[in-house]
Amino acid sequence: MITLQHYLILGAILFCLGLTGFTINRKNLINLLMCIELLLLGVNFNLIAFSAFLNNIHGQIFVFFILTVAAAEAAIGLSILMVFFRNRHTVVVAELNELKG
Amino acid sequence: MEQLIKYMTIAIITLPLLGSLVSGLFGKKIGTTWSHRLTIFYVFISFLLSICISKWILIEHLGPFNLNIYNWGITGHFTFEAGFLIDPLTCIMLLVVTFVSLLVHIYSIGYMQDDPGYQRFFSYVSLFTFAMLALITANNFLQLFFGWEGVGLVSYLLIGFWFNKESAVEGSLKAFLVNRVGDFGFLLGIALILMTFHSISYIPIFNHVSEASHETISIFSNHPWSVITVICILLFIGAMGKSAQIPLHVWLPESMEGPTPISALIHAATMVTAGIYMIARMSPLYHLSSTASSFVLIIGATGALFTGLVAIVQNDIKRVIAYSTLSQLGYMMAALGAQAYAAAIFHLGTHACFKALLFLAAGSVIIAMHHEQDMRKMGGLWKIMPITYFTYLIGSFALCAIPPFSGFYSKDAIIEAVHHATLTGAHYAYFCVLFGSFITGFYTFRSLFLTFHQKPRYDVSHHHPHESPWVIWLPLVLLAIPSFFIGGIFVKSFLYDGQGLLGTSVVFHNFLNANATAVNLIEESIHSPPLWFALSGILFAWICYIVAPGLPGFFVKVFSIFYTLLIKKYGFDDFNKIVFVDGSKIMANSFYQTGDQAVIDNFFVNGSGRFIVLISKLGKKIQSGFLYHYSLIMTFSLLVFLILILWY
Repeated sequence: MITLQHYLILGAILFCLGLTGFTINRKNLINLLMCIELLLLGVNFNLIAFSAFLNNIHGQIFVFFILTVAAAEAAIGLSILMVFFRNRHTVVVAELNELKG
Repeated sequence: MEQLIKYMTIAIITLPLLGSLVSGLFGKKIGTTWSHRLTIFYVFISFLLSICISKWILIEHLGPFNLNIYNWGITGHFTFEAGFLIDPLTCIMLLVVTFVSLLVHIYSIGYMQDDPGYQRFFSYVSLFTFAMLALITANNFLQLFFGWEGVGLVSYLLIGFWFNKESAVEGSLKAFLVNRVGDFGFLLGIALILMTFHSISYIPIFNHVSEASHETISIFSNHPWSVITVICILLFIGAMGKSAQIPLHVWLPESMEGPTPISALIHAATMVTAGIYMIARMSPLYHLSSTASSFVLIIGATGALFTGLVAIVQNDIKRVIAYSTLSQLGYMMAALGAQAYAAAIFHLGTHACFKALLFLAAGSVIIAMHHEQDMRKMGGLWKIMPITYFTYLIGSFALCAIPPFSGFYSKDAIIEAVHHATLTGAHYAYFCVLFGSFITGFYTFRSLFLTFHQKPRYDVSHHHPHESPWVIWLPLVLLAIPSFFIGGIFVKSFLYDGQGLLGTSVVFHNFLNANATAVNLIEESIHSPPLWFALSGILFAWICYIVAPGLPGFFVKVFSIFYTLLIKKYGFDDFNKIVFVDGSKIMANSFYQTGDQAVIDNFFVNGSGRFIVLISKLGKKIQSGFLYHYSLIMTFSLLVFLILILWY
């Protein structure tokens, strides 16, 4: 029997994976974008699980919104990445410190 | 009648101001001749009006008039009025000031001839006359203070009249600064009067003086002082500055750097007597405080003797007379301290005449010697300058209190008053004034013998001194006449005639023989010590400088310690220089270094900049520019906040 807890644990694992990847990733900017997607998916899992558990449709509606926003965000993120690569000829995160004070 | 006197007084005061403004602002346009004509004319009108008012007040015994002109300002419960108090004391001062001022104006035509600042000089002298008249006609302390500061300002301007001369500039600054010290006490005194009497007009103060006599004030905790005593001492500190009493006398000798007519008018006859006038005016207060009177008596008598001693070793003819002025001011103060206010005012009047005379005569000599003031380079001038010589002689006799010259009556009365005083320190004061008359005789005739007798010590082949022109000797003669007669004429009505000439304007203190006349006094003086002291002083000077000219050098060798002490002027100047000048320099430097440089500049101004730089350097460390650092911080911060929220 798959209970609510299993879903929540999976969501938490996804979220933590995303967070960890986002934090310790030094290599590729694309990995960052993927990690953000993972974070959002982790959250989505929670929403859907609770929605099913509580018989409340609101959570699932929210997930659609989030997926839409995530798609838009991925599009914008990738386009920024493209422009960035054109200027710097690199997408290695460890070399991106233009904002250094 | 009141209206008439009011308008006349306004005219007396403002005419010299008008003259001053015209010759000061339009001096270049109207030229030298018209600027002295105008100023002299205005002062002459003031003099005539003063005579007119004095005739009503002094002879017809009208008044006293307390006239308010308008309200200066109303703050809370206090009303500050501008007005005049015309009573006998004011009238006598009016006569003295306008008379001496008029003669000094005339004299200046000759003395200041060819000076580039001719119009400026006349403008200043008239301005001084205006301020002095405002001072003596005031009926409240505010106006008195206005005049008081006004004369101080003009004194500063005139000492530094020749502003190219460094010593003159220093002298003017010294006079100004020393007077500020006195004014500090004076202002505190006025403030205390306002606090005690709720008024600064004379008449309300005098009306409430007996009620205030039992009030006390604690300056230091648990030490109640009589309010009247504190007021009197504070006012006396003001008088110390203006009337050059020890220890604030140091500015007067320096003031001799100004033109000689100024020394005569401001630093001998009128301005320096403002303190004497003010204390006489406040006699109802001083009369109630024996402590303050004792203080005045001791300070005055000390000045009378010890500044006289310094005059003995001076070689500059003007400095000798300046120190003798200090000494005579000391006599006046001693009289005020002995509560013989009428005697002090009497001496003020006679002294104004003979001291102005001595100064102007000295000025005449100085012109003849082409601005040489050193007596060691004069000598034998009596044949060449007979008028100057005789007027100087009359002035000297008057100064030494030899009967029947006018100084005799006033000074004798002062010595007598101090003799009869029962205050603390009266014996010491009596010794001072008595021995002072010996000293007076000595230094006066020393200067006379050195200047006019002996053999000429100037370069006879180069210098050809001659008698001064009439504009110079006319004032001398006009001053010599009252120097001779005024004492004998007025002594009875001034001092021995019940309330006397001064009426109720000063507290009358009857200590003297009521039936004395001028002739009586001369007869009496033969049996009393002051005359013999003075005569022996003159005799001593005659021996030292005519009979045996080697004697002074011998004394200098024998009493070299005293001689050094006198040359150093008891070290007042050195003391002031070391303690106040250098002390304030050190203090200012340390304030500059710690306060300005260290605290304000370094700590606050530069320090705040450095502080910003420091924290931005710290902040810069966080701003690495790496995305993962930011995300790490963000994540951990979120965690921390989450924990905090869950915890509480």
